[in-house]
Amino acid sequence: MAQYLMSVLFDSTELATSDEAAAIDVFNEQLKTDGHWVFAGGLASPDTATVVDGRDGEPVFTDGPYLESKEHIAGFWIIEAPHLDVALRLAALGSKACNRRIELRPFLGE
Amino acid sequence: MTDDVGEVITRVHREEWARVVATLARRLGDLDIAEEMAAEAFATAVERWPVDGVPPNPGAWLTTTAQRKAIDRLRREVKRDEKHREALMLIDIPEPLGAIDDDRLRLVLTCCHPALAMDARIALTLRMVGGLTVPEIARAFLVEESAMGRRITRAKAKIKAAKIPYGVPFREDIPARITGVLAVLYLIFNEGYLASDPGKEPVRGDLTAEAVRLTRLVRALLPADGEVAGLLALMLLTEARRAARVSVRGELVALRDQDRGAWDRVLIAEGHALVRARLASGQAPGRYQILAAINAVHTDARDFRDTDWSQVVALYDQLVRLEPSPIVRLNRAVAVAELDGPEVALAEVDRLPLDGYHAFHATRAELLRRLGRGEESRAEYDRAIGLAGNTAETAYLTRRRDQLAGPQGRSPDLAAGLPVPS
Repeated sequence: MAQYLMSVLFDSTELATSDEAAAIDVFNEQLKTDGHWVFAGGLASPDTATVVDGRDGEPVFTDGPYLESKEHIAGFWIIEAPHLDVALRLAALGSKACNRRIELRPFLGE
Repeated sequence: MTDDVGEVITRVHREEWARVVATLARRLGDLDIAEEMAAEAFATAVERWPVDGVPPNPGAWLTTTAQRKAIDRLRREVKRDEKHREALMLIDIPEPLGAIDDDRLRLVLTCCHPALAMDARIALTLRMVGGLTVPEIARAFLVEESAMGRRITRAKAKIKAAKIPYGVPFREDIPARITGVLAVLYLIFNEGYLASDPGKEPVRGDLTAEAVRLTRLVRALLPADGEVAGLLALMLLTEARRAARVSVRGELVALRDQDRGAWDRVLIAEGHALVRARLASGQAPGRYQILAAINAVHTDARDFRDTDWSQVVALYDQLVRLEPSPIVRLNRAVAVAELDGPEVALAEVDRLPLDGYHAFHATRAELLRRLGRGEESRAEYDRAIGLAGNTAETAYLTRRRDQLAGPQGRSPDLAAGLPVPS
């Protein structure tokens, strides 16, 4: 089994509509039933982010996201799948459920 | 090494490379090692066969040799990497992987996986299935060897890290995946047939031949698939005209001006037989079968004037219904010009949103010329020349434009690059 990160890409800070939220709930239930679920969550808007650099002495805190970009990650799933073809199917279903594009990326293997 | 053994090794490489890589890839679960060990096994053959003689079953010898090398290598690595211990245990346990039961077909489908970029699919297919070396592929696409190497390495790394499965696990994905393989093969063929880059030779026989060879392999693996047969027929009927397609001066020769005696009759006969068999099947044809049928009509005519244009237009009508793209409509309009005259054709062409496409302007230029609208025609040739990348095509268009000042315009040529890649 491999684990994949499904990042939800979005270009505004609007939250999911109630229809989208309902579809996401259904999708999440399905992930759990089929044994693909690891974790998922929605993220607050990028301007709530703080960049922290603790590499050298006193940590430095910087307000705002590390990159200003048109699109940002609005939320994510971590799923488990035997191979990419299953993960691609789940990502397609997840994209449909949340009504946004998804970047699918594998975690580093063993 | 005697020449005989050298020839045998070349032939065996052509015939057995894909099988050796494919079998190893399944047994080892690692495309990268499979490729490397296959290459080493062939290197060993080059050393040993001239001395020991060619083994009775060269393919089996190569697979066994490559596998032994793989086992040795994995044993060496096993202490470092627990995962390879698992791989070692898998060896010699042939396990059915999903819905495809042939290793070479799995290999092709894996190389053409939709999660890989198109140029990576092309490069991987030529390397893993075709057995071309990285320098050969780099040369074919006029890319730096190191860049092509990186492209292939990156694709292999993605297959491994993202766990792209070997084969097609879901039966319902198979039709779309096969369509994807055909698209890759057709792109390889078209790059050879009408190289897009001004720095390249206009027609690359090595690439078209490789595309035909790979398509033959896929056809042998999927004998019942009509579109595979259609693509092979389309390639054969196009390849048959290769020698007549570029003049000694390096200029593209339009279909109407080609020396039909220089066409390859053997390839044409094979292509026609494939098209006839598809027609006899009674199944609805896909795009490649229709394109093959159009090329069958062209190659059936002893002279350009004998071409059955109503049949060509009818086939394009069928293709437009299947694939209503402007490029298909443009090609249809070229045939309409022969059937209903340039005015009707031009009216259709003018509706197409293809302003950035050289063949659109080349077609308009030829139609305007035939209608006696010389100035407009000249402007369109200029646009086409500015957009065309292929040197033979540019030479042809330039000559046609420069002829415009002559006493009479000739009738338009069929865009010689039929079928125009879409």
